[in-house]
Amino acid sequence: MPMTAKRKKTALIFFPAFDWAISPTHPEREERLLYTQDQICEEGILDFDHITEYKPGIATLEDIDRAHICVPDAASVVTQSHLISAGGCITAADQVLTGRADNAFALVRPPGHHAMRVVHGARGFCNVNIEAVMIEYCRKKYGVRKIAVVDTDCHHGDGTQDIYWHDPNVLCISVHQDGRTLYPGTGFADEFGGPNALGATINIPLPPRTSDEGFLYVLDHLILPVLDEFKPELIINSAGQDNHYSDPITDMRFSAQGYAILNEKLAPHIAVLEGGYSIEDALPYVNVGIILAMAGIDYSCVKEPDFDPSALKQSADISRYIEKLVASIKNQWEKRDVMKEKLIGSAKHAVRKKSIYYDTDGIREEQEETVRICRDCGGLVTIDSATDTGNRIFAVVIPALCCPACRREGEEIYQKTAKGKYRSIYLQDKDKAVLFVK
Amino acid sequence: MILGIDVGGTHTDAVLMEEGRVRKKAKVLTDADRLLTSLSSAAAMVLDGEDPQKLRRVVLSTTLSTNAIVQGKVDKVGMILASGPGLSPADFRLEGAVHFVSGYVNHRGIEVAPIDREEIGRIARSFEREGIEHAGAVGKFSTRNPKQELAVKEIMGPRLKHVSLGHRMSGNLNFPRRAATACLNASVWGTYKRFAEDVQVFIREQGITAPVYILKADGGTFNIADSADFPVQTILSGPAASIMGVMSMVSGREDAVVLDMGGTTTDIAVLAGGVPLLEPLGVVIGGYKTLIRGMLTRSVGLGGDSAVKTTDDGLVIGPRREGVAAAFGGPCPTPTDAMIILGLTDIGDRRKALNAIGAVSQKLNLSVEDTAKRIFEQMCAEIAAHVRQMIDEVNRRPVYTIHEMLEDARLAPRMLYLVGGPAKPVSQCLGGLLGCPVCVPDHAEAANAVGAALARTTSEITLLADTERKTLFIPERGMQKSIPATCSMQEVVETGRELLRQAAVGMGADPEDLEMEVVEAQEFNMIKQFYTTGKNMRVKIQVKPGLISLCRKER
Repeated sequence: MPMTAKRKKTALIFFPAFDWAISPTHPEREERLLYTQDQICEEGILDFDHITEYKPGIATLEDIDRAHICVPDAASVVTQSHLISAGGCITAADQVLTGRADNAFALVRPPGHHAMRVVHGARGFCNVNIEAVMIEYCRKKYGVRKIAVVDTDCHHGDGTQDIYWHDPNVLCISVHQDGRTLYPGTGFADEFGGPNALGATINIPLPPRTSDEGFLYVLDHLILPVLDEFKPELIINSAGQDNHYSDPITDMRFSAQGYAILNEKLAPHIAVLEGGYSIEDALPYVNVGIILAMAGIDYSCVKEPDFDPSALKQSADISRYIEKLVASIKNQWEKRDVMKEKLIGSAKHAVRKKSIYYDTDGIREEQEETVRICRDCGGLVTIDSATDTGNRIFAVVIPALCCPACRREGEEIYQKTAKGKYRSIYLQDKDKAVLFVK
Repeated sequence: MILGIDVGGTHTDAVLMEEGRVRKKAKVLTDADRLLTSLSSAAAMVLDGEDPQKLRRVVLSTTLSTNAIVQGKVDKVGMILASGPGLSPADFRLEGAVHFVSGYVNHRGIEVAPIDREEIGRIARSFEREGIEHAGAVGKFSTRNPKQELAVKEIMGPRLKHVSLGHRMSGNLNFPRRAATACLNASVWGTYKRFAEDVQVFIREQGITAPVYILKADGGTFNIADSADFPVQTILSGPAASIMGVMSMVSGREDAVVLDMGGTTTDIAVLAGGVPLLEPLGVVIGGYKTLIRGMLTRSVGLGGDSAVKTTDDGLVIGPRREGVAAAFGGPCPTPTDAMIILGLTDIGDRRKALNAIGAVSQKLNLSVEDTAKRIFEQMCAEIAAHVRQMIDEVNRRPVYTIHEMLEDARLAPRMLYLVGGPAKPVSQCLGGLLGCPVCVPDHAEAANAVGAALARTTSEITLLADTERKTLFIPERGMQKSIPATCSMQEVVETGRELLRQAAVGMGADPEDLEMEVVEAQEFNMIKQFYTTGKNMRVKIQVKPGLISLCRKER
């Protein structure tokens, strides 16, 4: 990194939740950020005048309700730890959007990117989607319209994708280890957004053993050009750190240097910690690298003690595979408008059926989601969701920046749908940022 | 009887305490070039006609190290830093001959890269050629394993007068601060050692056989003999002395603000439940951020003699002091002059004060009386704003557990203690602005020397237990012990209390004064492949800053 890099005012929200774990030996446990804290303290990072640590706020149930439809309600599916972790993201956003900081990093846990719109329980260590809670807060409080989420966690950011599948104003890019080889088994290149928002979801499934070279190739040749075209007001990095070569539950070869370079180039306004379970060998170095890169401080000496670039070099096959993959997704992105016309045709509605397994809580959900085809907004969504534990709900979602027709239809459906077989009926008005339940 | 002396920047104060009361006090001007002279003349004034054998303890607070550092009158230091991966060496700002060497210990105290003994030897010879006699050796994470620092000392030691080791400075993490602290310690080591020896000779010459203690930045004391190796711990003991003095003069156990208002500055400190708050990491001196445990104080450039000026932005008070108040023949109007006009004090020459404030009143187009009122109220309002800001900062400090987050203990001062020259005149106005009752203790002008006299010995201990590696490490003592794999948190805390007790008594503490507090106790399972392989425990215990139990002492 050049020594002339411009220093930026960086806000850090550090909340390691040293008293919270899913279970004593679960990877999402108390000391996950312990060594990261050690490294940040030992490096004296908080002594830089342009890096400031802020205490996280506590999110409210209303904050959760703007992003999720919780069954039976938000109070039942979240714990204090989730409210603090989501609150930490909100604090991060506040620092950036009020101009107190140029960028912010929420090093909080528990993570959230596997939590989908409807929440019956915990999946992939996540109950609530902390990025989505933050995004909805930014929309309501600061009127932010166009947002991009770049999810660099090794696992597909399927929760964030689900919440913004029909939203043309929130671009979700997820780069992850190929779903054929890793949880949650989704995130293929053809998952490209709902009919009203085609191209606002981009998935980049990378082959196992992709190293720094591959990740940075994807960044330079796909992610950055797409962002240039989308022109978001706010870039959020879901900064999972399990692409690291030492991570125990994945099979990638990304390094602390790679993560730091990625963050310098991507220049997110807000980074949010997601997964990453190599708590001794990766997290301390990766997090320090990210913080230095965000703050514009020389990170060239941040290296894992056992870092050996030659041993981690990706094969020529992988490089070729990634080049082809990137070219094909880029091509898809450029043709998105044509594809959209073809896909919509004369249809009035589009339906998708989902079967969702909550691995952490052992719940199976069957969901049918219907979107009104709309050229003026993201389109009205209705959801019929039932679990094997006997909870069936119906939800009407009026999109953010909605058109009058979608609003009218949504309010009508909510009015006339009788409770009957449903435990509850929800009206989530994302445009007015309120949730009604009957 | 107890003799307390504070050798401050401007004045040296001495008190002779008997049965918890001030029996005699003296104030002399400090001669910056001959601190021992100032100290001895103040001591002589209170000891005159007394039996030196009746003294139980002598406590000194001295500005020697502070002045040496702030004025740059220090020895040149050679620094050996094993910085490992992380921040670039270019981002460290240290004076002297700084060498970054190979070697690295990771966050668990495991040696990842060895030091190069030949490299260290070469640097030692270069120090010798450059005439460097004092050095510091600091490794990243050396508080987790000091092996490499000890090896550097062993190699360099024979060629140098002194080597300060990072892990002995503090048990806290923060490599840049550890390096700065060791560097400052080495830089004042020679000067301080000579002073400490001179003081001991002087004390013996007076026929005093009582133990001699030195005040530290945290308001605690340690033996003068111990202080010789850690002179940097004595910096900024002046403000600490005043706060301890206030604590001895009042009985409150509530959250409170202490303001020490002088001619040039006002120092703000905070008591939580009657105990002074410490800087979370360490004090800042001469632009260096250190790991020296010290009281949380803010110095604001507003005092009785602050220069009052009018500019396009209106009235500006401070931060400079141009001299004494106009009422005492000073060069410009000051808040003291305003207070004289308002009848809040009757010192000085009122006519001179009227003249000086009169000049300001013409520019503001106000009456002299209203101008004085405006100056006085603005100064109080600015001080109050700084106090509120400081309390706000304390309350915004991050916490790292859900439990603490929900508990949300907030500091809410219920009392304002004021000491220093203008304490009485400003008391009513400041109390009103801060919404709490005000107390101006008796002998407030000698609070510093009283505080020194009555401060108890403090100490801190950090214990790092790793049951997978079966080790217990105490960085401040450079001590490593074996522990069984079954060692529990309770056993670690018990061990810590016992070691801290021994250490504090060794430093001169009365065993009955050891009010210990577990500051931090965290316990984590260490897991490899979903199996618990051990526990990582971190414990920090302190002897709280406080006062010796007077009555017992004096009986």
